[in-house]
Amino acid sequence: MSTEPARTGSASAEPAVSPTRIVEVRKNVLKENDRLARDLRARFHDAGVFVVSLVSSPGSGKTAFLEKTLTMMAKNSRVAALVGDLATDNDAARLARAQVPVKQITTGTLCHLEAAMVDRALADWNLRDLDFLFIENVGNLVCPSSYDLGEDLRLVLLSVTEGEDKPLKYPTIFHTADVAMITKMDLAEAVEFDGAAADSNIDRVRPGIKILRVSSKNGSGMEAWLEFLNAARSAQLGARTA
Amino acid sequence: MSIVELAEQEAEARGATIDAVYLQLGPLSGVVKEALLGSYEMACAGTVLEGSRLVIEDMPIVARCTKCQAEQTLPSMQSFLCPECGTPMTELVHGKELHVTALEIRDAEVKA
Repeated sequence: MSTEPARTGSASAEPAVSPTRIVEVRKNVLKENDRLARDLRARFHDAGVFVVSLVSSPGSGKTAFLEKTLTMMAKNSRVAALVGDLATDNDAARLARAQVPVKQITTGTLCHLEAAMVDRALADWNLRDLDFLFIENVGNLVCPSSYDLGEDLRLVLLSVTEGEDKPLKYPTIFHTADVAMITKMDLAEAVEFDGAAADSNIDRVRPGIKILRVSSKNGSGMEAWLEFLNAARSAQLGARTA
Repeated sequence: MSIVELAEQEAEARGATIDAVYLQLGPLSGVVKEALLGSYEMACAGTVLEGSRLVIEDMPIVARCTKCQAEQTLPSMQSFLCPECGTPMTELVHGKELHVTALEIRDAEVKA
């Protein structure tokens, strides 16, 4: 390589390989999933359906909670659910007892739902026939946090049997959630659940997040949850028409 | 992969080839550095980026404290509390980046 400080005047031949230079770009990379999720969100908004996704570790009570939610809501609203699992349609069968449209998405070996799967599962549903759509993600506290499904609200569930420090162990899923739901409250006393510690840990990783408590078994906290949901949907519809 | 697409477009627009892609990556981007580096070569195969380097700049998590009126770097994503005064911080400044910031390009050979 030449070390001459500057090339002055002389008609030097072009180098065989031109030198490299840095150009600034500054562009946000939109992940393929984000692009699809953005389209889905627009479709949901057009159709006026409020979409809630549920994320949690396996066994925290998502399906029981969703079954209760669907059953109670079916009286006054048009609701439906998609449910993701690696295998079996057991959860869809359970949720179908609520007498609402339910579809199982089996992911095979994949540990989370992606926007494309939601898109495919919705192909033969008319979104305009729905007020609320629930999407139960695969039980996993890691990967679902990175995949936007176009939902309006992401609910993270934490059961009292899991340990109050779970939000600190899996901060990203809590950080990406909009509302936290503490489930199996009927067992809180038996497992000496420290509610204040759980609240404080959730708030540390996601300051200001709304925290609700529920027992799907005895129904406590369900009314408050449904009120919250209806208010959230009304607020959004109001914002859209304003 | 959108990083490849984006760089391809830039290369085409400038009539240049690309030696390296510079990327800012935040811990809250949802993208794992090792996985991205591992898949980069595969994603570039057969494109104008084949053989190029991916240079990743790790971004810190920085949030703004409303009480201190200052931006603070957070030591971990386990606590979104101001390291100075303990106030909960909701205003994220850095940490979610998945930004292509620059390209190292080589202009197409100029015929003398």
